[in-house]
Amino acid sequence: MSEEPEIVLGLYVPPHPQPLLAPEQNEGWSRLREAFDTCRQRIEESDADLMLIYSTTWPSIVGHQIQAHPKPVFTHVDDDFHFLGSMPYEFHMDEEYAECYREACEARGLHARTVAYDGFPIDTGSVVALKLLNPDNRIPACIVSSNVYSNRAEQIVLGKAARDAMSKLGKKVVIVVVASLSNRMFTEHIDPADDRIHSAKDDEWNRKILEFFGNGRLEDISQLSRDIQGQIRVSKVVAYKPAWWMAATMGQHNNYDGEVLAYEALHGAGGAVIQLTPAKGGVGDKEFDEDDVEFYHGDRSVLDKGML
Amino acid sequence: MVKGEVVLGCLAPHPPHVVYAENPEQNEPFSEGGWEALRWGYHSLARKLKDIDYDCIVVLTPHWQTYVGTHFLGLERFQNISVDPIFPNLFRFNHDITVDVEMAEAMHDAAAEAGIITKMMRNPDFRVDYGTIVSCHMLNPDWDKPIVTISSNRSTHYYSNEVMNEQATALGDAVMKAIEASGKKVVLVASHSLSHRHFVTEAPLPEDMSREHIYNHSQYVWDMKLIDMMRRGEMQEVIDVLPEMIEQTMAEAEGGGLTWMMAAMGMPDYPAEIYGYQSVIGTGNAIAAWDPNESTRQLVL
Ligand SMILES: [Fe+2]
Repeated sequence: MSEEPEIVLGLYVPPHPQPLLAPEQNEGWSRLREAFDTCRQRIEESDADLMLIYSTTWPSIVGHQIQAHPKPVFTHVDDDFHFLGSMPYEFHMDEEYAECYREACEARGLHARTVAYDGFPIDTGSVVALKLLNPDNRIPACIVSSNVYSNRAEQIVLGKAARDAMSKLGKKVVIVVVASLSNRMFTEHIDPADDRIHSAKDDEWNRKILEFFGNGRLEDISQLSRDIQGQIRVSKVVAYKPAWWMAATMGQHNNYDGEVLAYEALHGAGGAVIQLTPAKGGVGDKEFDEDDVEFYHGDRSVLDKGML
Repeated sequence: MVKGEVVLGCLAPHPPHVVYAENPEQNEPFSEGGWEALRWGYHSLARKLKDIDYDCIVVLTPHWQTYVGTHFLGLERFQNISVDPIFPNLFRFNHDITVDVEMAEAMHDAAAEAGIITKMMRNPDFRVDYGTIVSCHMLNPDWDKPIVTISSNRSTHYYSNEVMNEQATALGDAVMKAIEASGKKVVLVASHSLSHRHFVTEAPLPEDMSREHIYNHSQYVWDMKLIDMMRRGEMQEVIDVLPEMIEQTMAEAEGGGLTWMMAAMGMPDYPAEIYGYQSVIGTGNAIAAWDPNESTRQLVL
């Protein structure tokens, strides 16, 4: 068992179905599709043997759910964009990793469970990512949910548990985070040709985040997570969690080669395909100013503390 | 043609736990029961429905979440398995659902005419959400009436609880016009809990009732406040206070169901029939019905 897991690369990709189902309807969507295709090729050229997905479109309530069905088969249809078509799928999941990840979560104080049910509706974001990045199921995959109530400490520990399991099994891993940047969509149906980022403010923030990604400053993005949530995230959940999980899973530093392969509007939301490759030399800027949690003890209750 | 009407409005919470606890043949997992206060309440309301003459059930569900407008199921039949992505251990339900497409289209058109963004859902592979299935199964386990499902527009998240109230009211008004023009007798269903903070862990045996209780007392107090107002027929007041309740209790009414249904029923000022209240994984769930017919309206609980 190696101490540090071997992470081949990390990808940040959008959850919307347009690049999969309708790339021809908009030039931006087709550029996102090309970026997905480039990433697929790079994964094929790597010697990765596991694709681990964290999807913001798979919410959970009871702790953290980990997909462990060895061969999930279903036809998925998106709640909003059902008119773009169906997404039939058959994937190959790494059961051993899923179980090991669950154990690692529990060892770090998290409530977690694997799910392996016929007909389980894998979420749009995961289906899009798996179909575009791993179309022939060349490498086995695993998906972890996004708990609606979890906050920073829990997400960081969830990422560390993912690393524990990778190290234990000696996996070479592609990390995939499925999330928008700004996530405000247009609330009306639009002509695909007219798609654009919902507002100039969303666009500016997206570009600033992309600058950080481009410089490989993942830990800094993680530290900026609460600002990002406040500025450009619709308050569907309590926090912008994907950066926390991604940074924790990839090792909590800024030492990556970053590449933004595409940045386009997806019905108004900011969709980007970004690749981070762990770098050997150089050390980026670090701003470790928040707690680095190793074991999850639950959320801190302010009322219980500081009593005289 | 005779003017169509709403013959009953039901607040029908949809924790999959209640279907799980019933062990219907359509659901794969097996349970030892649980949540009787809710299930027996549902049985009582289902018996009442058996005595009512109606053509279809129209349900607004927060588990079909749409950000781009309000969507309506638009195909005659949906036959599939619906596995709850959040509680897959409890709910894997084989369903065979008949849709009143004519009614759905009429509601869609009336809403569009009122300026609401709308969409018909015509993809045959679409998985009907568990909110629709749980509420409809508990109200009508024979599944012998067609349904219409309306999606929940996420205006609370995109704007505010107040905007949700405005938009759901407009949708309710439009739906009422469509019902009146259709000549049909319709049962409306707002499929959701009241307070909605969940426990994030689950007992090894989910139906172990020694573990079930409300998430916190504040949620309980809010739930009781609302139920009291319902008993008194103060539905305009309930809708007015809803934004604050949603803020304080994460109430699932944020999806617009109750506001939509009350608007479509002309904001009842008569007492609601209360059929039960119980927590499920910490959330507060009330079963209530509004019967516009004074001669059949009862004091149930
Ligand atoms: Fe629900």
